Amino acid sequence: MLQAAAFYIFSAIAVFSALMVVFAKNPVRAVLFLILAFFSAAGLFILLGAEFLAMILVIVYVGAVAVLFLFVVMMLDIDFAELKAGFAENAIVGGAVASVLALVLVLSGFIWVDANSAQANLAAPTPEGVSNVAALGALIYDRYVLFFQLAGLVLLVAMIGAIVLTLRHRDGVKRQDMHKQVNRKREDSVEIVDVEPGEGIG
Amino acid sequence: MFTAIANWWGSLPAELTWSLATIGQIMAFVVPLLLSLAFLLLMDRKVWAAVQMRKGPNTVGAFGLLQSFADFIKFVVKEIVVPAGADRPLFLLAPLLTFVFAFITWAVVPVAPGWVISDINVGILYIFAISSLGVYGIIIGGWASNSKYPFLGSLRSAAQMVSYEVSIGFILVTVLLMAGTMNLSALVEAQGGGFWNWHVLSLDMLPWPTFLITIPMFVIFFISALAETNRPPFDLPEAESELVAGYQVEYSSTPYLLFMIGEYLNIVLMCALMTVLFFGGWHAPFDFAPFTWVPPVFWFAIKVVFFFFMFAMVKALVPRYRYDQLMRLGWKIFLPTSLAAVFVMGAIVVYTRNAALGG
Amino acid sequence: MNRIAQTLRGAALLDFWGAFGLGMRYFFRKKPTINYPFEKGRLSPRFRGQHALRRYPNGEERCIACKLCEAVCPAQAITIEAEPREDGSRRTTRYDIDMVKCIYCGFCAEACPVDAIVEGPNFEFATETREELYYDKAKLLDNGDRWEREIARNLELDARYR
Repeated sequence: MLQAAAFYIFSAIAVFSALMVVFAKNPVRAVLFLILAFFSAAGLFILLGAEFLAMILVIVYVGAVAVLFLFVVMMLDIDFAELKAGFAENAIVGGAVASVLALVLVLSGFIWVDANSAQANLAAPTPEGVSNVAALGALIYDRYVLFFQLAGLVLLVAMIGAIVLTLRHRDGVKRQDMHKQVNRKREDSVEIVDVEPGEGIG
Repeated sequence: MFTAIANWWGSLPAELTWSLATIGQIMAFVVPLLLSLAFLLLMDRKVWAAVQMRKGPNTVGAFGLLQSFADFIKFVVKEIVVPAGADRPLFLLAPLLTFVFAFITWAVVPVAPGWVISDINVGILYIFAISSLGVYGIIIGGWASNSKYPFLGSLRSAAQMVSYEVSIGFILVTVLLMAGTMNLSALVEAQGGGFWNWHVLSLDMLPWPTFLITIPMFVIFFISALAETNRPPFDLPEAESELVAGYQVEYSSTPYLLFMIGEYLNIVLMCALMTVLFFGGWHAPFDFAPFTWVPPVFWFAIKVVFFFFMFAMVKALVPRYRYDQLMRLGWKIFLPTSLAAVFVMGAIVVYTRNAALGG
Repeated sequence: MNRIAQTLRGAALLDFWGAFGLGMRYFFRKKPTINYPFEKGRLSPRFRGQHALRRYPNGEERCIACKLCEAVCPAQAITIEAEPREDGSRRTTRYDIDMVKCIYCGFCAEACPVDAIVEGPNFEFATETREELYYDKAKLLDNGDRWEREIARNLELDARYR
């Protein structure tokens, strides 16, 4: 009973916050609702017994990706009047796209047929007597190790690409050298001169 | 009498008894935690005072022992000021988030054999996940204040916490590779039998000198913990000489108190994590008579208090870092070092396991 | 080479351990703290605190309403009005000091030819309202009666340097 209650609470929060991501006027609030949606999705994962996945979801998406999202959105200077300005002229096209999408959703909801063999086609059900983490590790680093490494390589290429694209060597930029700064001694930079009155330093 | 109560308890629905028992456990954990936090706060102030040749708070109660409670009452009875331009719901949500996240992390920390609210399999991951959420209280608080200093402070804090989480994550991986488990109780169990088996020395791994890895990892963890909890010398988000008080500028009264309790709970949590991960948790330094008489929870507490003392000493002694130095330390020194440690430790673990299995 | 040495020094946290040793040395030193409301530090005889109007030993007030203090006061905190008394001597009818304006420079005491207005050793006269800090003649004379012993002693101790 408790599990059922938890499921309904988490899924209600997830659906509500996902809707609010779209409907919230303030973009920062939209991102915060997105985070709430991630969080309740993590709760649903735990109810499914996939605690490792839930933790990774929280660490990666909530703890890192969404923080960067929030970072960017908070820095934006948004003019709401300007955002609303184009609403009337684009309303017809936008409405058409939205209704087609809604139609697809509704149709797929009606046409969906659950095949009898669907459960058997699950790629790898959790074996009995093995913890979730160990089972997942055995799959990723054994059966699918090549795909896993390839996915990692794709990410690495993307990261290097982003760095290469944004890296510019500019001349005349003053850079700090920490070793130099720390190693600076009093003798190197200060000189005490006994100046005669009215003569100045020659 | 007792049997009557037991019968009545047994007749209740299982869900209800489970919920009540869990709430009771949480209370039995949280109340001593808050009480000890009050005295740790006082200890913090006393240590700085002693280093600066002052006496520190000494008026409320004997030796000022009740100072934290006096402060608590003072905070609670003050007026809550919400700035006119602030985003009111988020402004009040932020300290609550900090406070709640600081508490729920403690759910998996084992203080003695079996003394843990929820002994889950992915304990380390859970702590890592929740501590990475702590940054939200600060970001939301800084943004919702609708003021410049808090916003700058929260931006700094977000960048800083995200950066240092990376190296903390790799250090956690090093330790859990060595122990072969992510369950914190099992992690502590693996370090029993004397201080030479604690992960920081890990002489049971000989002939592999793993202490050459774990001692530097412990030092990096300690420094990263300072940065993660926004403690000096990494307290740039609230640097009083440049940002007044960072994200806390607009806060007063109880919301400020919640921020402060959350911050200190996180510090104590980091001390507890160092104890659990590196210093044998509740285990006594020697596994024979006079040391085993002392209850395990006492050993846990004494180690936590020692690390808290070190935190306080660092605050009293070390000048504040510059922001670019902070980022350089996190990304260019700690990250490569801890990543290399993960590789080496992984190789050692794989080799010894294979050797144990006969090649 | 220097860089390697410095890196090693940083990695061993040598700077921190040095500071830690120093901190621990100070940790156990005797604290110079004064428990303020119970213990107080020594005050110089020249200490410039709360103002007071003094009297002669026979009870006659010293002030002769020359208004030198009013003239010299840089903050213009002093207000004096004077009239001849029935016996013909010149006395103040009003002597007010606005303690909120006062900057405690001590010029009034320096200017006074009869040592009537002085700054006594009292520094604990904080009040809860602003009005209480607008001192009138009665208050100042009362201060003088209250602190006469300390004021007289301080003047005597400082007399040979004047």
